[in-house]
Amino acid sequence: MEKGKAIMGSGRRWGVEFTDNSAAPSSRDIPDPPGFTRSSHDQDDSTANKQKKDSEANWKLKKAWEVAQAPFKNFLMMGFMMWMAGSTVHLFSIGITFSALWQPISALQGVSKVFEPYKDNKVELLGPKLVYIALNLVALGLGVWKLNTLGLLPTHASDWVSSLPPAQEVEYSGGGIPLF
Amino acid sequence: MAMAIRARVLLLFAVFFSFSYLTFSLYQDQVSLMDWHQQYIGKVKHAVFHTQKAGRKRVVVSTEENVIASLDLRHGEIFWRHVLGANDTIDEIDIAIGKYVITLSSGGNILRAWNLPDGQMVWESILPGSTASRSILSIPTNLRVGKDDLIFVYGSGNLYAFSSIDGEVLWKKDLASEGIDVQQLIHPHGSNTVYALGFIGSLHFGTFEINVKNGELLKHDKVAFSGGFCGDISFLKSDIAVALDSTRSVLVTIQFKEGEISFQQAHISDIVPDSSGVAAILPSKLTEMVAVKVKKSIIFIKLTNEGKFVVMEKVDHTAIVSASLSISESEQSVALIQRRDSKIQLTVKLVSDWSSNLIKETIEMDCQRGLAHKIFLNNYIRTDRSSGFRALIVMEDHSLILVQQGKIVWSREDGLASITDVTTSELPVEKDGVSVAKVEHSLFEWLKGHVLKLKGTLMLATPDDVAAIQRLRLQSSEKNKMTRDHNGFRKLIIVLTRAGKLFALHTGDGRIVWSVLLNSLRKSETCEAPNVLKLQQWQVPHHHAMDENPSIFVLGRCGPSIDAPGVYSIVDAYTGKELNSLGPFHSISQVIPLPYTDTKEQRLHLLIDAEWRAHLYPRSSEALAIFQRELGNTYWYSVEADNGILRGHAAKENCVLQVPDEYCFDTRDLWSIVFPSESEKIIGTATRKLNEVVHTQAKLLADQDVMYKYISKNLLFVVTVAPKAAGDIGSVTPDESWLVVYLVDTITGRILHRMTHYGSQGPVHVVFSENWVVYHYFNLRAHRYEMSVIEIYDQSRADNKDVLKLILGKHNLTSPISSYSRPEAVTKQQSYFFTHSVKTIATTSTAKGITSKQLLIGTVGDQVLALDKRFLDPRRTLNPTQAEKEEGIIPLTDSLPVIPQSYITHALKVEGLRGIVTVPAKLESTTLVFAHGVDLFFIRLAPSKTYDSLTEDFSYALLLLTIVALVVAIFVTWILSERKELQEKWR
Repeated sequence: MEKGKAIMGSGRRWGVEFTDNSAAPSSRDIPDPPGFTRSSHDQDDSTANKQKKDSEANWKLKKAWEVAQAPFKNFLMMGFMMWMAGSTVHLFSIGITFSALWQPISALQGVSKVFEPYKDNKVELLGPKLVYIALNLVALGLGVWKLNTLGLLPTHASDWVSSLPPAQEVEYSGGGIPLF
Repeated sequence: MAMAIRARVLLLFAVFFSFSYLTFSLYQDQVSLMDWHQQYIGKVKHAVFHTQKAGRKRVVVSTEENVIASLDLRHGEIFWRHVLGANDTIDEIDIAIGKYVITLSSGGNILRAWNLPDGQMVWESILPGSTASRSILSIPTNLRVGKDDLIFVYGSGNLYAFSSIDGEVLWKKDLASEGIDVQQLIHPHGSNTVYALGFIGSLHFGTFEINVKNGELLKHDKVAFSGGFCGDISFLKSDIAVALDSTRSVLVTIQFKEGEISFQQAHISDIVPDSSGVAAILPSKLTEMVAVKVKKSIIFIKLTNEGKFVVMEKVDHTAIVSASLSISESEQSVALIQRRDSKIQLTVKLVSDWSSNLIKETIEMDCQRGLAHKIFLNNYIRTDRSSGFRALIVMEDHSLILVQQGKIVWSREDGLASITDVTTSELPVEKDGVSVAKVEHSLFEWLKGHVLKLKGTLMLATPDDVAAIQRLRLQSSEKNKMTRDHNGFRKLIIVLTRAGKLFALHTGDGRIVWSVLLNSLRKSETCEAPNVLKLQQWQVPHHHAMDENPSIFVLGRCGPSIDAPGVYSIVDAYTGKELNSLGPFHSISQVIPLPYTDTKEQRLHLLIDAEWRAHLYPRSSEALAIFQRELGNTYWYSVEADNGILRGHAAKENCVLQVPDEYCFDTRDLWSIVFPSESEKIIGTATRKLNEVVHTQAKLLADQDVMYKYISKNLLFVVTVAPKAAGDIGSVTPDESWLVVYLVDTITGRILHRMTHYGSQGPVHVVFSENWVVYHYFNLRAHRYEMSVIEIYDQSRADNKDVLKLILGKHNLTSPISSYSRPEAVTKQQSYFFTHSVKTIATTSTAKGITSKQLLIGTVGDQVLALDKRFLDPRRTLNPTQAEKEEGIIPLTDSLPVIPQSYITHALKVEGLRGIVTVPAKLESTTLVFAHGVDLFFIRLAPSKTYDSLTEDFSYALLLLTIVALVVAIFVTWILSERKELQEKWR
């Protein structure tokens, strides 16, 4: 299917790009129409542009915080599912537990990716990132705790001695009732 | 029973049901797939032929295993068979009125009639009485009282007349009060009297004449003989007997015509020149002549009409004489068997014309059958109206052979009915270089078989196909190969029989691979009355001694007493060749296999003699060095059941003997436990099997807790009862009866556990495995059988619960332990009612000890019941918690369930069941079970299902077909999708 898409993509011969944000005139092949000066237009908009950029940064920060808090909701839902799954080992509870473990881990792996859209020089993303990581770690902890309640963690003596062979005996004795 | 006859449509469901943990059931078509069953009868004592009428010719036999059976004379197959109880010894058998087999058993106390064609019991009469006497069964021909044919029985000192129709006692005459030891009942043809003849004391001979109609004593007479009688007597005619005097050198002719007794005597040395010494009269029932054994020969002496003795023939003492057989009104014939090297010579002679032989045949005889022991002669009329003879011969190895026209018509290996000990051996490893043709053939066969199986699975098979599938399964050559297999299912079962013969049976189909009559265990000049003791594995080669054959250690003793000299043989387990034998040497009271082997993988054995000296075998300097090194750690114990003493011993320095023997060690007493003789009597002991493998020392509980099992090979389970209660069940009141069980450490003599069951009584059957003991006894108060379980746990290890230490390995759980460290043991115990009385109990054993265990209970009905060990778990409670249920604890019930599907013998019976032996296969889930008694039964069991392999009837073809179909489907869909995409692109 992937292949088919690619073929279809390259199948286009031409296209018209109506949106062109590039400011540098040199990048264009076609000259500006007469009476239109790009620079003046830019200057006119500069204040508005700046304002817009500020609000965008604010918006990004806000969004980043939202993203950082997202695991919390996830976390509550997971807790509810875990409670529903019970403490016995069966397919459902194992599935829940492993997803509870896998989600935080994959989320942690993709921290930078998650915050990529909000990357900005003006936006301080450290706070949201830390919160995000902390919440994911808590979720991971919850998963491990669940794993333990299922008895799948080797935290008991029984897990370490279950296959211990019997100790050898120093002495040997045989005999019994005389043979008849 | 396990014959789950279910519709094929339900098969799928049934498979799912069978996965439920409790059942061990199998389908009807699985019978004899993993099991085999063989029927035997034992060493024949008496045989009565029934060949008069047309139809099936048969011989009715009674045996030393208390079996009465009717055998087909043509093939030796069993028509019917009854195994009487262990104490119900058969004294006499005969055929009455042409349709009943009459047996007299239990020392003349029980008379039974069996229907001749089908073996149904017709009637049974109990003859009360406890006076020990001979038991004589006499069925006169043509004696009718009213409509009844009479049967005379002498037993317990009484003479009875029975009606042969319904077994009713017509009259009874007490003869014991007259002091007569009746030797023979004689009913002269056509008369109305029966004579009871016998010795009165050692000096008198007496006759009692009794009216057959009412048992009235008509006349009795006794005459003293000054020389006295020794007891040997032979009745030549209806009025003449020959007896031996008390010096055993004078033959006394006794005539008792018309109630008058007269004696005549003749010295044997006068009759037979150059024969001196003590004589004995052979017990064969001969007429008109007597066979006397003097020193090393048998002399046939005929009494002439003038009352003179004439010697007819003198033969070697190994000859066997049959009873005389009347072939016509006046002619009597006798068969003789003599040994001629590897052959036997059968001669049939007429008593009236001894010099000529009716038959003289030499028969090639397998030398592993030994000498002939008994012969039963029968005649038939040939087409040319002359009489032919057939002879039933019982050999030294207890096998039964029918000889006719100089050929062996059939033979039965009935020695296998009296197995005394069992061990197993691996088969040889398969050698490389199998020919291609064979592979191709087997590949074709394999494919054909699987196609058939597939048909069966898809319900397309015709009845013929089903039969073919069944046949294929049965004779699948795979299971009968003579090489070791990957799963360890193919082994040799090596059994020692009471006759001193060793058999190797193949586990695949139970056929005899080899058999050998051990010379060291045969009667010889140095060993007068040999009996077999034990079978041990001597050499089990693996690793570096792979090229050697495994061998078996057979022990015997020359005589019945404990201080009789011992003998041993070492036998190659692959070929049955006797590699080495020794004896007679010192006495043997104990055999202790030691846990050490030498470089040739020979196991060291200690033989303890009657004076408690230990003798080391094999006698090699290497073995001696090993033993000297381990001397300080080797102990042994003795159980003196009669004195109620347990003793612990250890080997000391070499014995002080006239002939110095460096392999002999004196022993010293270390400890003793004396049970009070007025309150306790030892009735049984049990230990763990030496070769048992235990997987783990920890028992995990549901709450993640650990209990450490007390696993020791040096534990002895001892059962004592109140001396009064040592008899049969019900012989004492519950208040006088108790049962005490002990667990004793045999190194230190420490009693780890003691428990009293008040109001209980033996017999006790025990099985001891891992850290648990299960025993079966009778509860007099509840009037029921009970089974109890004791589990032993090591309390001194219970503190090892620190996870960090365990992770780091800082614990001493695997370090060697000594009994002298006095580990503290705690026990858990529980009792349950059990429905059956039990003959023997065993437990399954697997290669690694991981698979859960089943108890194998030999029930009184001669079947083997598999009972999950979890039913005998002392931690069972009435309401187990969820966690305990998960652990597999079954809610407590007062009695153990007997699930009909869990009889591993399914529809079969192992008649006269005596022992159950389990051997692990290489496949962890599987164990091999061999049950023996009069019959043999073998089955492969998987106590927790075969979790580590696919079942044998798994359809590989179906799997293959599915895979091929899937691959084809993948390709087809791929091509289709390609095509579709292309079309999409063109659109």
